[in-house]
Amino acid sequence: MSKSRSELSIILRGVAKDPLGLIGLIIVGAIVISAIFAAWIVPYDPIGMNIPDRMQGPSWSHWLGTDNLGRDTLSRVIMGGQVALKVALPAVFGAMAIGLTLGMIAGYGPRWLDNLLMLFFDTLRSFPTVMFALAVVALVGPSLQTVVLVVMATSIPTYGRVARTQTLTLRNSEFILAERAMGASMVRILGVHMLPNIIGVLGVLAAMDVPTVIALEAGLSFLGLGVKPPTPSWGALLKDGYALIRQTPWLVVGGGLPIILATLGFTFLGESLRDVVDPKLRKNR
Amino acid sequence: MSDTLLEIDNLSVDYETERGDLKALRDISFDVQKGEIVGIVGESGCGKSTLISSILRLTAPNTRFRQGEVRFKGDDILTKTERQMRDLRGSDISIVFQDPMQTHNPVLTIGRQLVDIQHRSKATKAQKLDIAAKMLAAVGIPDPQARLKQHPHEFSGGMRQRIAIAMALMSEPDLLIADEPTTALDATLEVQIIERLKDLQSEMNCAILFISHHLGVIAELCDRVVVMYAGAVVESGDVREIFHDPKHPYTRRLIECDPGHIKTRARILPTIPGEVPDLANLPDGCIFRDRCEQATDRCHQVPALEKLKEGHFAACWLNHHEEAAT
Amino acid sequence: MSAILDVNDLQTSYGSVNVLAGVSFSVQPGETYAMVGESGSGKTTVIRAIAGLAPAQAGSVKFDGQEIRGLSERAMRPLRKDIAMMFQDPIGSLSPRVTVRNLITEPYRIQGMKEKDIDAEAKRLLALVNLPSHFADRYPYQLSGGQARRVGVARALALEPKLILADEPTAGLDVSVQGELLNLLNDLRDRLGLSMVIITHNLNVVRHIADRMGILYLGRLVEEGSTEAIFDEPRHPYTHCLLSANPEPDPDAQLERIALKGEPPSLLMRPSGCEFRERCPVASDICLQTPKWEVNNDHGLRCLTPR
Repeated sequence: MSKSRSELSIILRGVAKDPLGLIGLIIVGAIVISAIFAAWIVPYDPIGMNIPDRMQGPSWSHWLGTDNLGRDTLSRVIMGGQVALKVALPAVFGAMAIGLTLGMIAGYGPRWLDNLLMLFFDTLRSFPTVMFALAVVALVGPSLQTVVLVVMATSIPTYGRVARTQTLTLRNSEFILAERAMGASMVRILGVHMLPNIIGVLGVLAAMDVPTVIALEAGLSFLGLGVKPPTPSWGALLKDGYALIRQTPWLVVGGGLPIILATLGFTFLGESLRDVVDPKLRKNR
Repeated sequence: MSDTLLEIDNLSVDYETERGDLKALRDISFDVQKGEIVGIVGESGCGKSTLISSILRLTAPNTRFRQGEVRFKGDDILTKTERQMRDLRGSDISIVFQDPMQTHNPVLTIGRQLVDIQHRSKATKAQKLDIAAKMLAAVGIPDPQARLKQHPHEFSGGMRQRIAIAMALMSEPDLLIADEPTTALDATLEVQIIERLKDLQSEMNCAILFISHHLGVIAELCDRVVVMYAGAVVESGDVREIFHDPKHPYTRRLIECDPGHIKTRARILPTIPGEVPDLANLPDGCIFRDRCEQATDRCHQVPALEKLKEGHFAACWLNHHEEAAT
Repeated sequence: MSAILDVNDLQTSYGSVNVLAGVSFSVQPGETYAMVGESGSGKTTVIRAIAGLAPAQAGSVKFDGQEIRGLSERAMRPLRKDIAMMFQDPIGSLSPRVTVRNLITEPYRIQGMKEKDIDAEAKRLLALVNLPSHFADRYPYQLSGGQARRVGVARALALEPKLILADEPTAGLDVSVQGELLNLLNDLRDRLGLSMVIITHNLNVVRHIADRMGILYLGRLVEEGSTEAIFDEPRHPYTHCLLSANPEPDPDAQLERIALKGEPPSLLMRPSGCEFRERCPVASDICLQTPKWEVNNDHGLRCLTPR
């Protein structure tokens, strides 16, 4: 336990030392905290209508104005962040876990299993994400779960391929041969000896993937295929704002700015993580 | 004009790290005369790599030159501009690295690489190819004309190291730095390469700075030897003096440890107990003190590299004692 | 006394590349056998094939009288207690994110020995290889080559094996540390009665640790005998070349060096007749015939023009 904690603190300290990493850490931290405590932070009810206050510009009482139903934009942005993370985190972690497991099995297992899994990955990847999403939405209707499912399915191959490549390079290294010479089982070799050496790379990939997923959720919601109204979502905000861009341009800002910030934040964090986790670079520290 | 080609004078180099300054080289002094083969011997952590990168000024960003000079043909290398250094590298000073498998660009033919390296010459491409083929023949590669069209992966490790030597000698450098060039090779190939290097050296009369941990190779090839330990020169001198009459306990122990010396089966081989000290946290006094059987109270002070006789230097208090006694 | 390891006509091919063309040797209990060869001679494949880590299409490997070639991982597992391996790269053969304590006690976990007191065992094993007990908390990257090699030895000894297969045990070690390792292995061998197979290209090391040795060329033994016999009266010209290609740490050494021509031929195009013919300094027309393996007074030889 103390081992993993010290490792985490080494990584975090490494990230914080890099200016861009620090910015990424702050932005991501702010988004995560505001999402967790969204229900307590929001100044107004993000869903309830308040027609008399509709379409107001930014003011002291409504920092980012209100929409055509009189809902406070800032409150909707904060709640939207929660929705974005609710989609992004399970989708990314789910895809990573499944991709990692399948990828390691493909890389370490027999050739026929490798071929089979690679065929599965390629098949999954050959669906265009949006088309796939449209098909699934047409079948089961738009919802948060649908978005999570679609995103997860389409990003499994990426993690799977990376995990497979890493496993292939590690499988002939001497320490894995040494484990085999001691009679270690496949589960033990993969779980205890390979996993810790692969997870870092995938973690970096995951951090970089979060903004893609957030943008995808926003895109689907923009098309009306994502979360159902009145649930606030950054994509839905953008869509409402787009319709009223002449009357209330701040709605577009409210929906667009967090997407840009989240993208930058997670990307900075991911890139900085990559530098810290990369063992070749770490040796020189 | 003097015959000194390379002169290293009181060179101290640190690496800035999180744990504080790592004192990688301390007060290094030695020289290389024109046309001479000087061997640098030392075990891991002795500072060989830092020394080479300092001479070539190809140091890591956290390197700090604390003091001293590296003079090549009388000019201080450490004050040269990057542009001047580029002119020097690959023309006056060449290097052969340890790993022949990573020295060559895998996607270009050997001929192309040997032509590219002559970019300073005004000769035509055909002439350059001709020179390249002659050079390959000189390092003992059969059928060089045909071989020029091949890629690095079509050559064995021993062949690639010969090609690396051919490349390094192409510009007829005054100084060739050879960084453990035979360590990755089998003994039979090692011998072939060393003999070839000897022949080429006497033909072209370039000086060689030969870095190795293999005492047998050093003894066979070099005129003079510099022994390094933990970032300091502990002894330097003529190859016979170093091997037959070592004046520093580390040199003596190192030679004793080489099993090539011991011709009958030994149940217990000599060793040097202990570890190389932490360069970020140097002990006071002589750097070898903790592992030295002959250490005394005097060794709490750092012994200077003293001249014992013409061309033989050692950094050990024991030699001062002998002086006092005689 | 019956052999602890008896290898007979072991053959390994990767596709059409015939890496081992029939290797036979045996190791008696308590004996150290050295297999010497240059890169590409197939020496690493020999021990990996014995341990079931490389394929072996034909031949037999008997450990303690039991045939082990071609056993499944599962059938091999109980035998892994008795056969320990050491790999070339001292640091690279240790799992990078595992502490020394868990590395050297890994064999207990793999063999399901839950009753062992891990901390006490780690201490005992570290003491066995002369490492201080606080090393238990270190990671491989915090070790020097010599220390990592000791950890590798400790791990190999954890289950008190009968046989150790070591691939270049002194590779990557400084001379001042190399002696320590050889002394340690010699001492352990005497105290624990281990048998060892050591693969190396370093003849200086062989002399001080091996009882018997074999010279491997292109996946075939060309000479075999007691270490003294090979060093004092080598009979195969290749052995001669190897012995003379060993630079002496003495600038005045008079070397009667026998020049070896060229480099080992490709395994894809094995020469006809004697496979060493093209590089041999004393080859003659008779060498166009294929030499047979002949044993005289415990000294095996595959040469038609021996010295």
